[in-house]
Amino acid sequence: MAATVTSTATTGKTWDGGNEPMGASYGKMMMWFFIVSDALTFSGFLAAYGFSRFKFIETWPIADEVFNHFPFMHGVDAPMYYVAFMTFILIFSSVTMVLAVDAGHQMKKTKVAIYMLLTIVGGFIFLGSQAWEWKNFIKGEYGAIETKGGAILQFVTKAEDGSYERVKLADFAAHLETDRVNNTRSNGIWFEESADLPSVSLDEVVKGFEAHPEILVRTEIIKDKHKTVLSREESLVRMKDAQIVVEGANLERNEYGHKLFADFFFFITGFHGFHVFSGVMINVLIFLNVILGTYEKRRSYEMVEKVGLYWHFVDLVWVFVFTFFYLV
Amino acid sequence: MAHTHESNTKRIWFVFGLLSVITVVEVALGIAKPDFLYKTDLFNMHLLNWIFIILTVAKAYYIMWAFMHLEGEKANLRWSIVAPLVFLIIYLVFILLIEGNYVFDVFKESQYKWIF
Repeated sequence: MAATVTSTATTGKTWDGGNEPMGASYGKMMMWFFIVSDALTFSGFLAAYGFSRFKFIETWPIADEVFNHFPFMHGVDAPMYYVAFMTFILIFSSVTMVLAVDAGHQMKKTKVAIYMLLTIVGGFIFLGSQAWEWKNFIKGEYGAIETKGGAILQFVTKAEDGSYERVKLADFAAHLETDRVNNTRSNGIWFEESADLPSVSLDEVVKGFEAHPEILVRTEIIKDKHKTVLSREESLVRMKDAQIVVEGANLERNEYGHKLFADFFFFITGFHGFHVFSGVMINVLIFLNVILGTYEKRRSYEMVEKVGLYWHFVDLVWVFVFTFFYLV
Repeated sequence: MAHTHESNTKRIWFVFGLLSVITVVEVALGIAKPDFLYKTDLFNMHLLNWIFIILTVAKAYYIMWAFMHLEGEKANLRWSIVAPLVFLIIYLVFILLIEGNYVFDVFKESQYKWIF
């Protein structure tokens, strides 16, 4: 018999697809070549990220300062623990997947079903974590000012031990009488509406900054692995260019630093998340087929193996996203 | 050799352990950032980044070989998957990073700021 148990009756008929030059069934081989092309797509994205990062190497945001949230630990600086957790979830769901494939080889239907179910649960946990990560990223924490030249200015105070602590805009902004209103479709031209107004106006930030001598401007420029902090005099000069209040992140600008950083983050993790989502959906289909006994009748669980390949691929991509977005 | 029908469970859990250990090491290094690794450069990148990249490739190897079961496939299938990926990715990354570095230099050193 051929190397793998193929699912249909073609085995042995050389001119009807029974010939397996690479020792893998047609379906499995095609899954592999789809994965090759998808892997090249992802490496294109990640290489583009690398290009932009090298292009702005002196001003790129430092990932540890951006992704430092952990559930139920508000205000605690916890870089990377959460993504590490997400990585574990995905690796573990890969393990349950490969256990399902293994049980399939032994034709143990119940075992396959249980492991498939665990894989699906893992996939949903990952998707939920991803959503939470996005929520924090979009919402932002400290807020920043964008200058006329498009640079991002963040605010810090000097702590007693000489280190710098980030300050939220709301903590020092002045409270001014204001008549600014959000332009909505209902009170203006029907096809125009503005983005949500930031919680403080530019004036309030500038006035508040002038009134608080302890607040300093932190620029995007990295020197000796740290973002540079300006002296009070330099900060005052720099603040003359203040143009826009930036809170959180969107596709146009973000409070963390370079505009491209958020764009790549949304695009690459979004594209990966979409893969995870479709992976979960395909897993659900195969899980139902297992329950219904489709593969039992076929005397082969090769379909489980094929979706398994896709699922491991999704894990594989995450390993690289993890490294290049969070570690490097 | 194709799939034997005996169980591979032992190998699976071993690889899971290995991948977990590598991830823990990565996270620990990423948080601790020891100065001698973080501040020593090799080919324009500090040593810590090189360690991360090598560990990542090691993880990728184990996922592909053990979980995706490339170790059990015929050599020609294995090579037709791995060879194009290795060649094209190294090629693309090499070109783009060199170019990115060059563009950075132009921004930094030349008087033309936004010419492209």
